[in-house]
Amino acid sequence: MDNRLLSVKNLSVDFHTSHGTVHAVRDVSWHLDRGETLAILGESGSGKSVSASAILNLIDMPPGEITQGEILFEGRDVLTMSSEDRRNLNGHRIAMIFQDPLSHLNPVYTVGFQIAETMTAHGVDKAEARSRTISLMQRVGIPEPDTKVDAYPHQFSGGQRQRIMIAMALALKPDILIADEPTTALDVTVQAQILALLKELQQETGMGLLLITHDLGVVAEVADRVVVMNAGQIVETGTAAEVYHRPTHPYTKKLIAAIPGDGAMAEPLDSATKPILDITGLTKHYGSFVALDAANLTVLPGESVAIVGESGSGKSTLAKTVLRLEEATSGSALFEGRDLVSMNDKELFNLRRDIQMVFQDPTQSLNPRMSIFDIITEAFVIHPEILDKAQWKTRVCALLEQVGLKADHMYRYPHQFSGGQRQRIAIARALALEPKLIVCDEAVSALDVSIQAQVLSLLTGLQDELGLSYLFIAHDLPLVRDFAHRVIVMQAGKIVEQGPVAQIFDAPQQEYTRNLIAASLSPNPDIQAERRAAARQLHGVDA
Amino acid sequence: MLWADKFAFVSVIFLLLILFCAVFGPMLLEDVATKQNLRGRNAPPFDFSKNWVYWLGGDALGRPLLARIVVASQNTIFVAAGAVFFSLAIGTALGLIAGYTTRTWSQVIMRLADIIMSFPSLLLAVIVLFMLESSVFNLVVVLAITRIPVYLRTARAETLEVRERMFVQAARVMGASTKRIIFRHILPVVFPTLITIATLDFAFVMLAESSLSFLGIGIQPPEITWGLMVAQGRPYLTTAWWLSFWPGLVIILTTLSLNLVSHWMRTALDPAQRWRLENVRKKNG
Repeated sequence: MDNRLLSVKNLSVDFHTSHGTVHAVRDVSWHLDRGETLAILGESGSGKSVSASAILNLIDMPPGEITQGEILFEGRDVLTMSSEDRRNLNGHRIAMIFQDPLSHLNPVYTVGFQIAETMTAHGVDKAEARSRTISLMQRVGIPEPDTKVDAYPHQFSGGQRQRIMIAMALALKPDILIADEPTTALDVTVQAQILALLKELQQETGMGLLLITHDLGVVAEVADRVVVMNAGQIVETGTAAEVYHRPTHPYTKKLIAAIPGDGAMAEPLDSATKPILDITGLTKHYGSFVALDAANLTVLPGESVAIVGESGSGKSTLAKTVLRLEEATSGSALFEGRDLVSMNDKELFNLRRDIQMVFQDPTQSLNPRMSIFDIITEAFVIHPEILDKAQWKTRVCALLEQVGLKADHMYRYPHQFSGGQRQRIAIARALALEPKLIVCDEAVSALDVSIQAQVLSLLTGLQDELGLSYLFIAHDLPLVRDFAHRVIVMQAGKIVEQGPVAQIFDAPQQEYTRNLIAASLSPNPDIQAERRAAARQLHGVDA
Repeated sequence: MLWADKFAFVSVIFLLLILFCAVFGPMLLEDVATKQNLRGRNAPPFDFSKNWVYWLGGDALGRPLLARIVVASQNTIFVAAGAVFFSLAIGTALGLIAGYTTRTWSQVIMRLADIIMSFPSLLLAVIVLFMLESSVFNLVVVLAITRIPVYLRTARAETLEVRERMFVQAARVMGASTKRIIFRHILPVVFPTLITIATLDFAFVMLAESSLSFLGIGIQPPEITWGLMVAQGRPYLTTAWWLSFWPGLVIILTTLSLNLVSHWMRTALDPAQRWRLENVRKKNG
């Protein structure tokens, strides 16, 4: 008999669907000790969340079925327990936090009520629950917990909501905290704070932390050990450093090789060339709120300009104003010498061919009721001068092959493709209009790391081939480092710094840029350890 | 693909039968259905010794119920289908406009809808039909007007949501016209919901028509509809239940069939759902 806090042994979970049985998890074993952080690393569809869901009885059965294995919590198999016993474990001894704190907090109750509810549900009286709630909120770093306890979820920022979720999970001092992608929806600087908070709380309480993530940077920052999953099976286990430095399985090797941020940085283009896009003093107000404040920037032909910043920095507003999805309040944007801010509808229609956009989420940017052929040829229907109808089919074939898909994919519908393939389709649609400038709004952030690398190399290849310019909006700095010629850093609607990629990353001038770069996590555990040590020295002992 | 959903298959057959009755029924059975037979007053159903038109029994004047149901289907289907079609078409069009165009137009259309909704629909019908001559056509118009807000509000609400979806933005970036965005991108997403409402509304309209006929301002005897038959059977409910039961059953079955067919259609028209039907077919084959 082992005395592990939690161990999962030979667990297999199947899902019975009309398409047949899906083996979500096959013969998976891992364990978690007190005070330890175990990361389960995998891409979407790898089954990384399934074993955690099985622990908390969150798998819907049917269609799910646990076909074999056991989950031992302090030596007792939770799968054979009565549902009464399991309820006492869940929330009390084993707690969980989720990816998107907004959708897991009930908007009609105060956060104080929701945190206290966890305690009252397990038999703590109301007055005590409230005082403990306030001290918990203070502990997770919510300012003015005495008054904020009666505030509603929408009155908090994303990072604060995740702190509240953590407070809720810790209310009953659990032995195990399961964190399912806890920082994926957050900005990099907020992510760093949340991870630091989790680490601290773990040291205080000695709980076991099970972290489910796709991000090697997060693993490097907090994990002691890591389990790498692919297609429902564990391909590799070991300490974070072992797995990063000496991966043995080909899948892990591929995953680590795909991480951006190590490649050579691009040389800046010759700035004497006439810019294709020249933005001066572009401003956008929403009522009294200034979303974009006098932005100045240029894009040269064949250049990739990245705009980075945290959420709310105005980078998407900039893109939307350039595409005239939003009307600018003032300023000008010259595209090949013509101001597109003041264009009338007819001029704008002709310009639509030259500037195209690739959206963040390819699941939503493709009409689910149109076939791929219809989606791509819509460009030719709207702009009939591009191509004669007889040639549509050959052109669609050519476009699909250009973005790495097959010609016979054209009669399928978007839901039949994976996320990466859908983004390729979205790129093919943009290319159909033969544009000169493509605006990519977080075009790869919804994709897995290895797919990200593929889509980026596709974009780079197309740039070499067709001389395209990109305005590339992203929040992920390592990604931008490998891709862009020039980087523009935005904060609160203003451009705070811009320059060639090497200058931004090697010699950032502004405090904000430095923070942003420092907060993005390196996949190398040793580098992260060094950074933590440096930060501790910088901020004194308590950091 | 229809065979994959057995319920929908049976429903389609039933609806085809009703449609056949509506088109040819009056031509074939008009005389039988209106001929009084005082010896057969309130004749009970399932008396198979009689002529087959009396198998479902006879009404208060001894007219065969089966024949009357067949003949009544024409007026019923015409009024219900007409009213549903017009309210669906007008409501959807106005809803799309209210959802996609400027605030002013949206406000005007929505307040109009509010007025229609806040005014008791039966009262409106009574006033209009009292002033105008009560004919089948006027009945269709009145019923259509009272049901417009249902489609209008649904279409607008869905349009407001769909227009913010990224594929609509993508179409705008490509330079798609407003017309193209509405008809190619928004309508196909909104339409299945509206069709489902329409099939449910079919029953509502049939019953509304019977209330009006009952008040004497809808369809007038000797013309018959299913709703009117239900109303005429009401006084005899304790002694001869079949007078109201059979036409009521036909109303229920028609609505149910429409609903099952619309459910099947929603699955069949959605590329992401279509496999459900194809898959079952494979299993059967």
